Parts: sequence; structure tokens; C-alpha cells
Amino acid sequence: MFPRLVFESFRRQKRRKLLAGAAITLGVAVATAMIAVATDIGDKINRELRTIGANILVTPQEDTLDLEIGGVNLKPPSDGAYLDEADLPKIRGTFWHHNIVGFSPMLQVGVTAGDAKNIALLGTYFSKQLRFGKEDFVTGVRITHPWWKVDGDWPADDSQDVLLGERLAARLGLKSGDRVEFGGQEHRIAGVLSTGAAEDDQIIAPLNLAQRILGKPGAVRRIYVSALTKPEDALGRRDPKTMSGALYDRWYCSPYASSIAYQLQEAIPHSHAEQIRQIAQNEGTVLSRIEGLMLLVTLAALLSSALAVSAAMATAIFERRHEVGLMKALGAGNLSVAALFFAEAALLALGGGILGFAGGSLLARQIGRAIFDSQITIEPVLLPLVLAIAVIVTFAGSAVAIRRAVKFDPVYALRGEA
Amino acid sequence: MSTRSSAETRRASAPHASMFWRLLVRAAVRRRSRAISALLAMVVAAAAATAMLNLYVDVQAKLRKEFRSYGANVILVAKDNQTLPSDALRVVDATLAGRGLAVPFAYVVARTADGQPVVVAGTDFDQVRKLDSWWSVTAWPSSPAQALAGVRTEALINSQKGPFALTFQGRSIQLTSAGTVKTGAAEDSRIYLDLPGFEAWTGVQPSAIEVAVSGSAEEVAAIAAALAKALPDADVHPVRQIVEGQARVLGKMRSTLLATVVLIILTSALCVLSTLMGWVFDRRRDFAIMKALGASARMIYGFFAAEAAVLGGVGALLGFAVGVGAAAWIGRANFHAPVVPRFGVLPPVLLGSMAVALLAAIVPMWLLHRVEPATILRGE
Repeated sequence: MFPRLVFESFRRQKRRKLLAGAAITLGVAVATAMIAVATDIGDKINRELRTIGANILVTPQEDTLDLEIGGVNLKPPSDGAYLDEADLPKIRGTFWHHNIVGFSPMLQVGVTAGDAKNIALLGTYFSKQLRFGKEDFVTGVRITHPWWKVDGDWPADDSQDVLLGERLAARLGLKSGDRVEFGGQEHRIAGVLSTGAAEDDQIIAPLNLAQRILGKPGAVRRIYVSALTKPEDALGRRDPKTMSGALYDRWYCSPYASSIAYQLQEAIPHSHAEQIRQIAQNEGTVLSRIEGLMLLVTLAALLSSALAVSAAMATAIFERRHEVGLMKALGAGNLSVAALFFAEAALLALGGGILGFAGGSLLARQIGRAIFDSQITIEPVLLPLVLAIAVIVTFAGSAVAIRRAVKFDPVYALRGEA
Repeated sequence: MSTRSSAETRRASAPHASMFWRLLVRAAVRRRSRAISALLAMVVAAAAATAMLNLYVDVQAKLRKEFRSYGANVILVAKDNQTLPSDALRVVDATLAGRGLAVPFAYVVARTADGQPVVVAGTDFDQVRKLDSWWSVTAWPSSPAQALAGVRTEALINSQKGPFALTFQGRSIQLTSAGTVKTGAAEDSRIYLDLPGFEAWTGVQPSAIEVAVSGSAEEVAAIAAALAKALPDADVHPVRQIVEGQARVLGKMRSTLLATVVLIILTSALCVLSTLMGWVFDRRRDFAIMKALGASARMIYGFFAAEAAVLGGVGALLGFAVGVGAAAWIGRANFHAPVVPRFGVLPPVLLGSMAVALLAAIVPMWLLHRVEPATILRGE
């Protein structure tokens, strides 16, 4: 009898059930989309923050002091120590290599081009194909320095072509496609570079060209590493030397800027890696603010959709007090009336919950694709959680209305005076 | 209805105002619980809309403030390795007019006692502390004879709090190191001095001014242009790295919040619509009785519309108050600064709420008006 009552209730009151079901579906869809966006926003914004530039700098351990003013290093290029270019692919072998977005080696030498003496020439990777073990990957300034704009083409890493900084190009009266002579050889200018910083006065060349001019094959002065990191907390700020075994393991296996720098230092012989605090510290703050904001907004969204679902359920039950009156007049107890309503609410919540979860997943994917050009992944683990929340919210929303409904005097209810 | 005659006269003429209000108030009082649940739905929706709109407007400013901790976003450098004019800082401060922070820097390459070259910089420590909050400093210098040494210069100056000498163009100076600075960048290889002491020693004026301008990318560009005009001797350029990154992250965040705002407002509006429609539909008996007693269509529509408008208005006002509170709480919890209530949000919330309420009243009315009152009253 009970299943039949439930079944008939759904069959005969399609409009009301649809309305309540639609409210639940909508609420669950918004909740799912919000949870998915909020859990993924940290990762997405972290990647966006990487456009501000590299956050870890690797230098030779035994290096002499840099004499850098306004982005120009006055130290003679032959002075000091170097890193070995052959060690670079090892960066992909570190524990957190999946978090390393890219890296760019740098080697600065001085050249004379035409009348202009002592121009800084910066050798680097533009978009270099490298191999570590069986894995091929691409890295260079196009990944780590996304604010560098080139008018013309980027040179190929194995070519002798160069980029000219825009101020230098204006001073020399050269443009992309022209040729410039330095180091006893003519080079094609592939493009003119604009960075808004010291590089505007420099020549940017493939790394091997700079090494040849310096006469030191394989030499690299610094490596800029762009890594996805976790905001620094109390553990991240501690010095690893003071940590005990278990704590050290936890620190080592957390993607703090400091622990990734430590691992880079281990991977590259004779190196010293340091987080660039301007970038690394601030991105932690910005990231935690944005994550916090999305968490609170998600909470607010969950709360308002829970209240909306409750209101819809209350209305749906209230409309059926005549039915309650009739059932009670026919001898049904409070318990069986309540059981009927709860069974219906549970069915609605499960149906609406599954539909809403599917809709919310689609919505989250659309948001991810439209705003971040990447997928927002939805953990299937979320489904039972979302369904449980939907059932609880629907029950909570129905409870008050059901209590009132079963308390009606059937006589009044049937006369329509309730 | 107290007397028949008065009812009859009223039926014939336009509805009396007091009767109209009595109907309105009685309808709410008699069905308290239904009215309250409808009002509650309205309040929740209006509160959600208010909080989200308030956040949406204010969060940009809040996040921009967080981005200011990245330091300078505009840099002035003297052209061709000269120094800036001596009144440059004053001109910059006047141009900024409180919308940012300007810090002068002067650089020379000096030599230590054993002839090692090192970059020495002169600056204003109080301002640097505000501008470059990421500097990890063990102790800031407190007297002019104290210097702030980059961590990599420590070995060079070999200072165990003892004095060390620096020489520039034959003039030497005795300094003690107050503490070390660590940034992971060029600052680590420099020694910083207080600007007046630096100028007295070297005679070199500042060659760069770093400026942190608060505001959007357009405002930063406008101030950079104004600075370039005020100081023709200097190269003024925005720090593209910071400015572009900020604009990008803020843009994405703005779009995400907008999507969220639209989603939440839409959901709340739809749920309110369905709740209110249920409420009005449920009162088809009132509607039928009024019709059966001969009320004009105008009167009935007017009554239900007024009821909806009052509900929407009261719900929106209560919801506005709750929503402003929620936004302020979110601001305090996350940004440690409350979100300022924007009263500009009130009119759209108020109008939106009333529009939803009116729509919720009109749709069932339109469905019911062709039905004979007798059919409704018989309960069919």
C-alpha cells in the first residue's frame, strides 16, 4: 500500500512534484558548481599568478657578488662561477617536478655592435625542447616571462638569430628582419622585444650563442624557475635544519617555495636556490585571500540554496493539507503520514540531486572553460556527499511543514479552514 | 463586513482605501505562517543578491590592495645614467597626491677594505619598509652610521657587528651593520644606507624612484603618463611584470565572481518565484470569493499586486540589511577589513525583488481569471 501511495502521489501531482524537484535540482546544481569552482580556484589562480614571473632563482654556490643596478649586472662576465647547462634537465627529476611550470637559464655577456660599445647580450632559452629520461618537455622565457612581447618572430633556440630590446633597436635604428653584427658575425634580428625593464636595452640571443661569445660552452649564470607553490604557513617558514625526521619529511613533501628551492639545490650540483621573495611571498597572500573569498562565497551560496529548497518543500507540503486531512479521517496515524511525506521528499531529493549534480558539473566545466581556458575537474567522490546534503536539506525543509501538516484537525483541513 | 448596506455602496463605487488596507493586513495576519515563509524566501533571496553585489563591487578594490604588496608598479629612472633632478621626489609626491608611495634609490659601486667591489644603495628606510614588505630583515638600521647588509655581502664585510669601511672615489666611510636583508634577488648583494648619509658620503643623488600606485591598470597608466610629463628628464615606465599579472588575475577573479553572482541571484529569484506563486495559487479561494462578491477585476488585480509589491519591498529592505551584514562579515573574515555597504545596490535589489514578486502574483492570476469562481469554491 505504501509504495503505491508514493507512486500515485508522483503520478497524479506531476506539476507540484516538478516544481519541488526543479527547486532541488537548481539548488544542488548551484551547490555542485560552486563547490567545484571553489575547490579548483586555488590551482587555477596559482597558474595565473605564474604570469607574474619566476619565483625561484638558482645561482652558482661559489659565485662572487653581483654588481647589479637597475637590472644590469656590472660584474665582468668572466668573473665568478657557472652552472652546467647539462644539469638543467635534472630539474624535471625533482620530487615536485609536476609543479614546475618552466625554467629559463640566463647568461649575460658584453658585446659591441656597430658604434654601441658594451651592450649586454643575454643568452637564454626561448622555447627549448629538452628531454629528461623518457619525457620530452619544452621550457624557456616564453613560459617563465609571459610579459615579454615580441614585435616580429621569436628566434629558434638552435639558430643564430637574436631579439633586440626596443630601446636599443631605436638607438641603433634597426628593426626586425635587419642584420646586426657583433662577435665577428652577422645575426638576423628575428624580432624587437619589449619588456618594460632592463631587457629593452639588451640583445637577447639563444643560450649557445652567448656561450660561444664568452668562450665557455655549457655555462649558465642563473636559472629562473617558475613553480606552483603552496602559501607559506608556520611550517613553511621554519628552517629545515632545525626540523626532526617526521617534520622534515612533511616539509620536504609540501610544495612550499622554500622546499622546492631546496630540492632544486639538491638536483643541480654546486648550486644555490632561493625563493624570489617579492614573487613567492606575495602570491601566497593573494592566493590565500582568493581561496578564502571563494570558500565564504560558496558557503553563502550553499546556505541560500538550502533555504530556497526548504522554502519550496514547505510550500509543496502545505498545499497538501487536504490530503493529510483525508488520510487521517480514514484512520492513518501521524507516523504513516509523516513517513509518506519523508519518503516522497527523499525520492525528490535523490532524483533532483542526481540531475542537479550532472547540471552543476556541466556548469562548472563551462565556467572553467570560459574563464580559465581549462577544465574544472569534478571529483566523483562529491556525488554521495552532494546527495547526502540534498537529502538532509530537503528533510530539514520538510520537517516543520510535515509537523504542522500532521497536527491539523482533519475536520478543519477537509472544510478548508486550516 | 459589518453592515450589508455599507458593503453594497462600496461594491458599487471604487474600493474604499481603508477596506483595501484591511484586506491587505488581514490577509497577512490570518495566514501568518504562509506569509512569513513567503517573506522569508524573499529576504533570503534579497540578502544573497545584496551580499553578492556588494562583494562584487568591493572585492576588486580589496584584491588590488593585496596586489600593492608586490611593491612598485611604476619606476622612474634618470635618462642616460644621470641622476634625477633634486626636486624629483617632491614632484612625484605632488603628482601622486596621496594615491601611492614613492621611494628614492641612489646607487654607487664602492669598494671594501680589501678592494672588493660592492653595490651600495641609499634610500629611505621608513618608506622601503612600507613599499617592499617582502624584505626579510633581521633588524632595521636606527642610526645614520648603521647599514643594512644584503645576506650575500655578509662574508665580504665580515661583520660581527663590528665596523667596516667602504670607499667611493677616494672618500671612505665607517659603518656598522644593523642587520641583514634577504629577498632572493639583487638586494641580497647590496648594502643599503640611509639616503642623507649616503649623499653626504658619495655626493650622488638618487637615480631611480620606485612608485607603488594604487588603482586599476588604467589609473596606473594615467599616473605614469602624468609623471612622465612632470619629469621630462626621467624614463617613466610601468613595471609590466606586476601590472599585467595583476590585471590578469583580477580579470579572472572578476569573471568568476560575476558567474557566481549571476548563478546565486538567478537561483534565489527562481526559488522565490516558485514559492510566491505557490502562495498566491493557494489563495485561489480568496480570489474566487472576491470575484463572487462582485469585486472588479481591477480591484482584485490591484489587491494582489499591492500585496506582492509590499512583500517584495519589505523583503528587499530586510534582505538588504542582512546582505550588507553578510558581506561585511565576509570582508572582515577574509580581508581583515569590512566591505563597505554600497547603497547603490539597494535600488536594483528593491526593484528586482518587487518585479519578481509582481511576476509571481500575476502569473497565477492570469491562469485563474478565466476560471469560474464557482469551480474554484467547489474545490475543483
